[in-house]
Amino acid sequence: MAMVQATMRPLGEVDNDSILYLDGVSVSFDGFKALNNLSFVVDPGELRAIIGPNGAGKTTMMDVVTGKTRPDEGRVEFNGGIDLTKLDEARIANLGIGRKFQKPTVFEFHTVFRNLELALKGYRGVLDSLLFRRGDDQQARIEEVLETIALTRAADMEAGSLSHGQKQWLEIGMLLMQDPELLLVDEPAAGMTDAETEQTAVLLKRIAGRRSVVVVEHDMEFVKALDCRVTVLHEGSVLAEGSLERVQADEQVVEVYLGR
Amino acid sequence: MARISTLPSRLAALGILLTVLLGGALAAHAQDARDFDALVAGLNAKSFKAKIKAVDVLAASGHERAAEVLTVFLGGKLFARRSDGRIFMTERSGGVYLLTDAVTGADAGQASGKKLRKVRLNNRVRVAIRTALGGLTLLSPDPAKRSAAADAVFKSPNAGFLPTLEAAIARETVEKIKIKLTMTRAAVRLKTGKTDEIKLAAIGTLSDLATPASRALLAGVVHAEGGNAISEAAAEALADIERKLAFWNAVGNIFQGLSLGSVLLLAAVGLAITFGVMGVINMAHGELVMLGAYTTFVIQEIFRTHFPGLFDWSIIVALPCAFAVSGAFGIAIERGIIRYLYGRPLETLLATWGLSLILQQLVRSIFGPTNREVGSPSWMSGSMEIAGGFVLTFNRAWIILFSLLVLAALIVVFKKTAFGLQMRAVTQNRAMAGSMGIRTGWVDAMTFGLGAGIAGVAGVALSQIDNVSPNLGQAYIIDSFMVVVFGGVGNLWGTLVGAFTLGVVNKFLEPFAGAVLAKILVLVVIILFIQKRPRGLFALRGRAVEN
Amino acid sequence: MNRAVPQRRSGFSFLLTDRGGQILLSVLLVLIIAVPVLNLWVPESSPFHVPTFVVSLLGKYLAFALLALSVDLIWGFAGILSLGHGAFFALGGYAMGMHLMREIGDRGVYGNPILPDFMVFLNWKELPWYWFGFDMFWFAMLMVVVVPGALAFLFGWLAFRSRVTGVYLSIITQALTFALMLAFFRNDMGFGGNNGLTDFKDVLGFNLQSDATRVGLFVATALLLALSYALCRLIVTSRLGSVLVAIRDAESRTRFLGYRVEHYQLFVFTVSAALAGIAGALYVPQVGIINPSEFTPANSIEIVIWVAIGGRGTLYGAVLGAVIVNFAKTYLTGAFPDIWLYFLGAMFVLVTIFLPKGLVGTLPAFPSLSRKSAAKPRHVSPGARPVRQAAPGE
Repeated sequence: MAMVQATMRPLGEVDNDSILYLDGVSVSFDGFKALNNLSFVVDPGELRAIIGPNGAGKTTMMDVVTGKTRPDEGRVEFNGGIDLTKLDEARIANLGIGRKFQKPTVFEFHTVFRNLELALKGYRGVLDSLLFRRGDDQQARIEEVLETIALTRAADMEAGSLSHGQKQWLEIGMLLMQDPELLLVDEPAAGMTDAETEQTAVLLKRIAGRRSVVVVEHDMEFVKALDCRVTVLHEGSVLAEGSLERVQADEQVVEVYLGR
Repeated sequence: MARISTLPSRLAALGILLTVLLGGALAAHAQDARDFDALVAGLNAKSFKAKIKAVDVLAASGHERAAEVLTVFLGGKLFARRSDGRIFMTERSGGVYLLTDAVTGADAGQASGKKLRKVRLNNRVRVAIRTALGGLTLLSPDPAKRSAAADAVFKSPNAGFLPTLEAAIARETVEKIKIKLTMTRAAVRLKTGKTDEIKLAAIGTLSDLATPASRALLAGVVHAEGGNAISEAAAEALADIERKLAFWNAVGNIFQGLSLGSVLLLAAVGLAITFGVMGVINMAHGELVMLGAYTTFVIQEIFRTHFPGLFDWSIIVALPCAFAVSGAFGIAIERGIIRYLYGRPLETLLATWGLSLILQQLVRSIFGPTNREVGSPSWMSGSMEIAGGFVLTFNRAWIILFSLLVLAALIVVFKKTAFGLQMRAVTQNRAMAGSMGIRTGWVDAMTFGLGAGIAGVAGVALSQIDNVSPNLGQAYIIDSFMVVVFGGVGNLWGTLVGAFTLGVVNKFLEPFAGAVLAKILVLVVIILFIQKRPRGLFALRGRAVEN
Repeated sequence: MNRAVPQRRSGFSFLLTDRGGQILLSVLLVLIIAVPVLNLWVPESSPFHVPTFVVSLLGKYLAFALLALSVDLIWGFAGILSLGHGAFFALGGYAMGMHLMREIGDRGVYGNPILPDFMVFLNWKELPWYWFGFDMFWFAMLMVVVVPGALAFLFGWLAFRSRVTGVYLSIITQALTFALMLAFFRNDMGFGGNNGLTDFKDVLGFNLQSDATRVGLFVATALLLALSYALCRLIVTSRLGSVLVAIRDAESRTRFLGYRVEHYQLFVFTVSAALAGIAGALYVPQVGIINPSEFTPANSIEIVIWVAIGGRGTLYGAVLGAVIVNFAKTYLTGAFPDIWLYFLGAMFVLVTIFLPKGLVGTLPAFPSLSRKSAAKPRHVSPGARPVRQAAPGE
């Protein structure tokens, strides 16, 4: 008991500074524990990479944070104490958490421009969107993001006709339009060429600082390029945390990755 | 006064009965006929009181011709010949009467009205005849008639029946009817018994019999007697009967519900495969059921014309045929239409709906728009009254059994055969299954064919309890989808539980709400239920946390 | 910059940006002017005379076109396939029918000034509470929209909140209309049971049998169809419409962008149901009867094929499809009654397999129309790709 209290207090204080705070989160499906007493903290402006073998619970962790899955137990708090476990996806998104899916998901029948416009912060209500008229600053904002994700030339193309890598970027661009405080990015480098991968890493590093970014990735080269703190998940809980060099030297981590 | 006057008649009846009973086997036919002669002549007695007596005596004789004579008498067609007083049954034909000898039943030529005199009767005589006729059939050689007569007497107990009842009980060989007769005797004793002991004993006997009739009888006694020992005993017995009746009523509802559920199960289990396993919305499923029913009709026609002696087997032959016909249609549908629409469930829904219209019209063009008669084999017809007004109809029982067998067979196919394994493999990961050498297209076609074949088999069963018409399938399609959605897609157990739950719930609602309202209520409940558990009762994956 | 930045919309540009819609509105305008002239002022002997029964037939087609429009709004743009839209149509029709029944007054067979004939026949002594107010035209017209809308809102609220979508939604909408059909067949519901409501005399004091009234009803139908088309067009060209298409194509992406998907679905479903109700209200006085068979699930599915044949996700395609199929129905059920179901069935099969874009997306005359509508948004390529559905068990 003393232990619990001792750990609860200081963590509670950390709360106020942290952007994302998970404590003792467990989720199980049909008896399979996808998350097992998972706890970790992301600081404001931090870029964090999360790695781990298949089934380690990376995507489930994102599901829990974004409200897709309700945890069986544990606390999930955002931005210094907002309880996320009771909220649905839309509320959480509007609080300032953006999510990119593992499989790039864009609105394939809308143009790139319209995709970004839809992601534009605000105007989420039915009537708001019925009466929406695009203003000049919004136009400028969309064009700015188009530049950022290098899709200015493709603005009028249907998103469905983009290449895989371009779709990934478009999705990241949509996250930027949302102007979130926390970005959850699931395997952004999948299906990208080496050059694209490199550019993506640069992009994410640039985004971090003003916002917090959590990246789930398999590609170690990419993680290396991100040059940030790394959390290793295994069987639903944190196995190791620290710099990439440190976790790569960790015996348990080596065993989990190689011993399989 | 009335009581005293009936006493001699009862004694007389008893006497005759004794004669009948003791001498029955030994008495010569002539002797019998002569006695009967006297009894019939008694109907033409001077006073109505004597006539009534004669009616009772004649009835109590149990003579085979007694019922006919009394019926004719009741119809006012019994005449006496003025010359010798002999009694004839008559039929007017033009100006003359055709005569039949009342005693022998032999044709007796014809006579003019002047030579005859009607055997007169008044209302009291008519009542006596009606009562007597009720009792008479107690001694009928036909067990069904005896049983019906016992029920009739039970409903209007009359002391006059007691002798006949005693005789009937003594003669009765069928155990069930004997019990019934004993109960009827108890009812008569309760109504007309002289002492409390007799009445109490009768109540004791009656309390063993839980039927709506015994309930009504005892309720009447409780009401009439009011506050004495007999009414208390009757009230106690009544409560006992109420409990038993409620129990059997529930059993009856459950049986009806299971019966409806088994029909739903049969209709839905094929869908559970095509929709549940393959994700294909086949709106023509009902028409595949209908094809099965029409196959049964065709097979039966062949048996009727070529092998009438083997008719009872026709339905057994129809099962594989229906499976083959509907299965073949199913495979054709899958190869011809559905395979172009995988991954587009809404389009599949529309295309198969169009197909269902075509199939309906096709059947209508070939077999006509009206209902077709499909017979039941003898071993499926009939029913048995178990207790407390609960009747087990055999065809319903067979269908419940059959639906479970079909489900069991399917589960075996899924779990134990190589085909089942391939089917599950394709469902879970088509690409992987394909790369491992499974012919996924073939598996798709066969799986769909299996679901369709099951629909055909369901059609055989439905042909036994429903009208075989081109609209047969339409009647079941919505219900079957409800079952699958309610039970949980992709889960045969869910389909089983879903079907029987919906069936039983429906039947329990019916007495309160009526059939139509019950159905509406069930639909509304399902619609609400899907809000709560969009993936059904038994969701494939228990991700309850998601919702 | 060498790219065309989408223009901001102003005024009525949403109507003028789409050639198919322009043609539709022009045709409706021509009909509104020509039909009254050709029926009322051109003598019957003239070959240009349009007989009144043709006017009513056209009016019926246009009412169906409005119904198809309402289905296309939700199916083509939001991916909601309702197999129970006939229910909303019928409810609107019943609301209108109830008003027309009250307007009969004491001219019924039994001459009761308050109670419709069927109630007198059932020995009812007074009007059920839910019949009150229907003697007033404005109230009845309100109910034409409110009753279907409220039912759709309630039903949609339950369904969309629980994320019941795709085929599940289709199946339960079908159950909904089936349940309503059973209910309306009951005599004690107070809607005339099996026979429904019929033997109407007047609407707003005009004799329903007169040519002028018939023409008036036709014009009202054409006008309301045009207005409804404009409303739908306003919705689908707004940001709201973009969100609907986004929901159709990637529901969870939309959700994670912070849109309350269920609110959007609920909004458009309710609007669509209200439009279907209006269609029903226009239909009833022109055919002279409303009965529970309008609730049969088969009717509702038939609407979907009108939309599919015309071309879903285009609005004007739905109108075209409704008119073509119903014209074919009138002709075939008259000339070859046995052929009709074969024809209809074959339509379902052939269109879904060979004409996923419908007539307007396939016929050589039309693609140029849709392609030339360069102005944004090019919201749909109907059926070119399946609408994403959660596969069962997923």
